[in-house]
Amino acid sequence: MTGRAIILVMGLLLSINAARAERLIVSVSNHRVTVTPNYSGEELVLFGSVEQDAKVAAEPGNYDLVVTVSGPRADMVTRRKERKFGIWINTDSRQFLQVPSYLSVFTNRPLDAMASPEVQRRQQLGLKNILLTQRVGTDYADVVASDPFRSAFVRLRSEHGLYRESTSAVTFLTPTLFRTGIPLPAEVPIGSYDIEIKLLSKGALVTKTDTAFEIVKVGFEQFIATSAKQNGWLYGLATALMALMTGWMASVVFRRD
Amino acid sequence: MQSFGWSLPKRTPVQLYLPIADLPVNVLLVLAMGAAVGFVSGMFGIGGGFLMTPLLIFIGISPGVAVASVASHIAASSFSGALSYWRRRAIDPALALVLLSGGIVGTALGVWLFSLLRALGQLDLLIALSYVVLLSTVGGLMFWEGLRAILRARGAKTQPVKRPSHSWIHGLPLKMRFKRSKIYLSVIPIVVTGLIIGFIGAVMGIGGGFILIPIMIYVLRVPTSTVIGTSMVLTLVTMVFATLLHAVTNHLVDAVLALILMIGGVTGAQFGARAGQRIRGEHLRLLLGLLILSVGIRFAVELVMRPDDLFTIRDVSIGS
Repeated sequence: MTGRAIILVMGLLLSINAARAERLIVSVSNHRVTVTPNYSGEELVLFGSVEQDAKVAAEPGNYDLVVTVSGPRADMVTRRKERKFGIWINTDSRQFLQVPSYLSVFTNRPLDAMASPEVQRRQQLGLKNILLTQRVGTDYADVVASDPFRSAFVRLRSEHGLYRESTSAVTFLTPTLFRTGIPLPAEVPIGSYDIEIKLLSKGALVTKTDTAFEIVKVGFEQFIATSAKQNGWLYGLATALMALMTGWMASVVFRRD
Repeated sequence: MQSFGWSLPKRTPVQLYLPIADLPVNVLLVLAMGAAVGFVSGMFGIGGGFLMTPLLIFIGISPGVAVASVASHIAASSFSGALSYWRRRAIDPALALVLLSGGIVGTALGVWLFSLLRALGQLDLLIALSYVVLLSTVGGLMFWEGLRAILRARGAKTQPVKRPSHSWIHGLPLKMRFKRSKIYLSVIPIVVTGLIIGFIGAVMGIGGGFILIPIMIYVLRVPTSTVIGTSMVLTLVTMVFATLLHAVTNHLVDAVLALILMIGGVTGAQFGARAGQRIRGEHLRLLLGLLILSVGIRFAVELVMRPDDLFTIRDVSIGS
């Protein structure tokens, strides 16, 4: 019994050792992005280094990086307009379940150059391969990347800068030291963001790590947003009162008699 | 730290992040829009919501937030208007109260339908369709009426306007005397009018003044001296009520956006009112008819033309 346990532990240790031939150490320039009244987007910087064991000889230019940033998840509906009775109305729709409201993929070179389509799919590398769950009838599944609803969804999100894929964003400063910018558009959703960094070499995943940051409303913005959500009545009353005050002030200021 | 390849919009002092709409807007632009719409509303004695809501949607604010926030903007401008009409004793309090009893029920129904359609994904269609139908009809009628009045004036007093003193409306029961307007009328058509205006206003994000005023003049035969003031009271109360209901049910009222609109709106309205007094009544109606009609046609074109993008995305988990 103890013998088998020891063997098991040994095996575990060995596998950890094998996986830890390379290690990723990363840091993001700001872990807490604050949205203030003059917020109009921001750009974060992710720095990282590939730590190697002495056993592994450094082979410059051999590493590939895929950085995936995903924002808070939300249910979204994509609708398609069709011509009915001479006017364009929403007819067909698909619901995307718990998909990232912000999603960006940064790599050091085109994905097709660094891994086979099979590996890309398995590791969910790139917007084409990241799982976007749809409700299809009673089923939950992702569909092929060329599905019209899926591609329209990715395209529309990309038009607002909320989804993006850049195959030259990650730059290696030295063979093991890298950085990438993470642009956040002004209409970026509030919430917590995950950054997943995958290190590939010769078309296969070597190791991965993750970090996170959050975007929060602070001060006035937060006060307004939370009171609108939590104290609807009070918020509505305050807004209505504000309207009456403004109207009254105007009639006083511009009174001509 | 320098930028790494992407250019971000420069931070300008006039940019302000809206806490509910969740996007930054140019304060000066929104102020100017408020002032321009306020000018029109002061000139014609209407709320101007039918212009403001489409404008907000055009600058990227979601239709839900636009409709909900414009309600409070209209409340502000109609309150400022109502105060000055009150001083001139141009408001019929009894008539306003009866209209309101229907108006509040109508608003509640409208906000309820608004939430329902938002969930079904047909809100945009309903808003667009009601704009087309209402604006084209009212605008067309107003334009036609204004044109005829001008032609009549040109042709020099051919015959006085025929105003049948009695219609089926005067045969309805539950009659009531409205002292300030000097009319004796059944409350049923008044309550129904209030109901319709409240309902339309809540769904479309408009005060409904441009529909209410013609109904009061041509159907209820309220004298022009009390029409605008009384209609403003109805607009005021239904819009305050709509603001409250939108805030409670949909959480979509952006107070910051509303405040900017209000400040622009009430200022513009004062200048508009002065300009309006220098234009003759039938010309004013002709102009207003043209304006309303053109907004209606714009919506119609949008529905009929093939859209640039057949697909749209709506977030269904936040705010609902």
